[in-house]
Amino acid sequence: MARAVLSESSLEVKQDNQNIEGLEIDATDLGTKELNDQLRDLMLSGAKKVSIRNVCGQRYIGTRLYTPEHLEMEIEIFGTPGNDLAAFLYGHKITVHGNAQDGVGNTMDAGKVVVEGRAGDVLGFSMRGGEIYVRDNCGYRTALHMKEYEGKRPVLVVGGRSQDFLGEYMAGGIVIVLDLQDLAHEANFIGTGMHGGVIYLRGSVKQSQVGGQVDISPIDEFNREVLDQYVSRFLERFPEIGKSKEEILRSQFVRLTPKSKRPYGNLYAY
Amino acid sequence: MEFKIIMPRIRRELYNKEICACSIFGAMNRDGERFTGAGVMKAIANMHVRGNGLGGGFAAYGIYPQYKDYYAFHLMFTGHNLQAKLSAKKELDAFLCQNFDVVYDEEIPHGDEATVSDPPLVWRYFVLPNKQGEDAKLSDEDYIVGKVMVVNTKIENAYVFSSGKNMGCFKGVGYPEDIGEYFMLDKLYRAHTWTVHGRFPTNTQAWWGGAHPFSLLDTTVVHNGEVSSYGTNRWYLEMYGYACTLQTDTEVIAYAADLLMRRQKLPIDIVAKILAPPIWNAIDQMNEKEKKLLTTLRMVYAPLLMNGPFAVIIGQTGKMIGLTDRIRLRPITAATRGEMFYISSEEASIRLISPQLDRVWTPNGGEPVVGELNSMRKV
Repeated sequence: MARAVLSESSLEVKQDNQNIEGLEIDATDLGTKELNDQLRDLMLSGAKKVSIRNVCGQRYIGTRLYTPEHLEMEIEIFGTPGNDLAAFLYGHKITVHGNAQDGVGNTMDAGKVVVEGRAGDVLGFSMRGGEIYVRDNCGYRTALHMKEYEGKRPVLVVGGRSQDFLGEYMAGGIVIVLDLQDLAHEANFIGTGMHGGVIYLRGSVKQSQVGGQVDISPIDEFNREVLDQYVSRFLERFPEIGKSKEEILRSQFVRLTPKSKRPYGNLYAY
Repeated sequence: MEFKIIMPRIRRELYNKEICACSIFGAMNRDGERFTGAGVMKAIANMHVRGNGLGGGFAAYGIYPQYKDYYAFHLMFTGHNLQAKLSAKKELDAFLCQNFDVVYDEEIPHGDEATVSDPPLVWRYFVLPNKQGEDAKLSDEDYIVGKVMVVNTKIENAYVFSSGKNMGCFKGVGYPEDIGEYFMLDKLYRAHTWTVHGRFPTNTQAWWGGAHPFSLLDTTVVHNGEVSSYGTNRWYLEMYGYACTLQTDTEVIAYAADLLMRRQKLPIDIVAKILAPPIWNAIDQMNEKEKKLLTTLRMVYAPLLMNGPFAVIIGQTGKMIGLTDRIRLRPITAATRGEMFYISSEEASIRLISPQLDRVWTPNGGEPVVGELNSMRKV
């Protein structure tokens, strides 16, 4: 419904400005709404790339950028974006030069988010498409209820470690947590209520750390190809990590998958 | 203990629901250098959208060096008109003169009353205990706590909302940055530790006494979340002489901290395990010694378990402690830069006043982060 409404009021797109680049927004003292208004105006006037400087806590950056024409834009953020960065993101690329707060990629639909730092809680919450790459750690409830449907399969790669409840109620998608500093996964309640998707952890994890619905298994050749693909993309974005793909892929990985696609089937069927 | 809660029922107005939560912020200079409230006001204002203007407050440590040996009582006198407020003050003054030596008192300086809604009369007294009879056996702190409870339960319209040495709380109904401005915290006070709160009340009506921080002696608490175990906690604390009169759940955390840390002298690591104990599954995974300790704590202190989502900053002289519930249902970010130590609901607020940070992290649920003054010399 929301989309239908948006498409009715579809604003005119200026075709002659297709190649505007190097645009900049100074976010100092801008509120959440003003900043997102400016972003939307720039996109509708044909901007392809926008840098936002001095971002400090403004929320929902990238959220209001849906157009029926599927306009796409590259957004570079300097500073600390507020909660729900890239919520409902629809096919844009957002790079954060710094840390992000809670709710990155909330219900994100398509596009890419790169965080050159750490992300807060509920990263990738309800995400249903697109890719997120976080260089360092992430907080609680990462990939909470991430989902997939037919061709849409979200991917989340984290270079550091996650805190508790990683992949809680996860219903689809791919989550890769690399623990590149070899500190070992300490999170508990991993995959609690999980009933779809897959989590790859570099290193190992104890049975007591994962939910009762989760199978821990070694990776096979097919899994290795998946990891190969996304670890390459991860490293392309963060050359500063200084590790080779081979070096990372040589390590031990475990794969977490749900035992059942309908863990509560018996509970609700009558 | 019997007391009357006066909560006038007014016609309920529906408001547009906004997605908010409380905001908490704390800043400490671990070298004891004091700074004005300007920075923390800016930081909390950056989280404006988390609150809804129905409560804001500050705790400041090290602000009264000229009276550092006296207990600083901050009082609010509520009432519908000045007459009612003054009559509450008269009653309170008589009570103070009987039980304390008051060395100095004045109205707490503030800005234009029109900028805030329905401000009470706010007064401060610097006092020393004047213990008589049976009370002479009590420690000064126990005496103060007892008298604070008497004022808050027995003297109509008078509330002690701050009672420590060389520290003070400032709070009221409004956005925290407005309350800061009202009390001129950016101009009149310099503290080595500030904690701040922006409120989005969920369960009780907003009033000046119900704003955070909540405090007793030098312990203060600012809180984001809900204490759903409030009833149990409250009855337990009443057995130890703490009366909850301020109609907000956070009050029990302040009194629990006083009971456990001051009276029972438990270290913060243990206190954290009482307020936010690990769940039984986690205890099952521990070694025998830990298992015994945690099981004992859970049994002895079951009524002090704070159930529900919370993130708090507990302030004490020389200490600033951040703690969340055991599964961190409310956000907390800690950071350091040189001698500065910060705790905040959101990282952006820290970056606003300190763009460069040495370390930023989000502590695990139930695990306290503690900043301590390196030196009390300059305080």
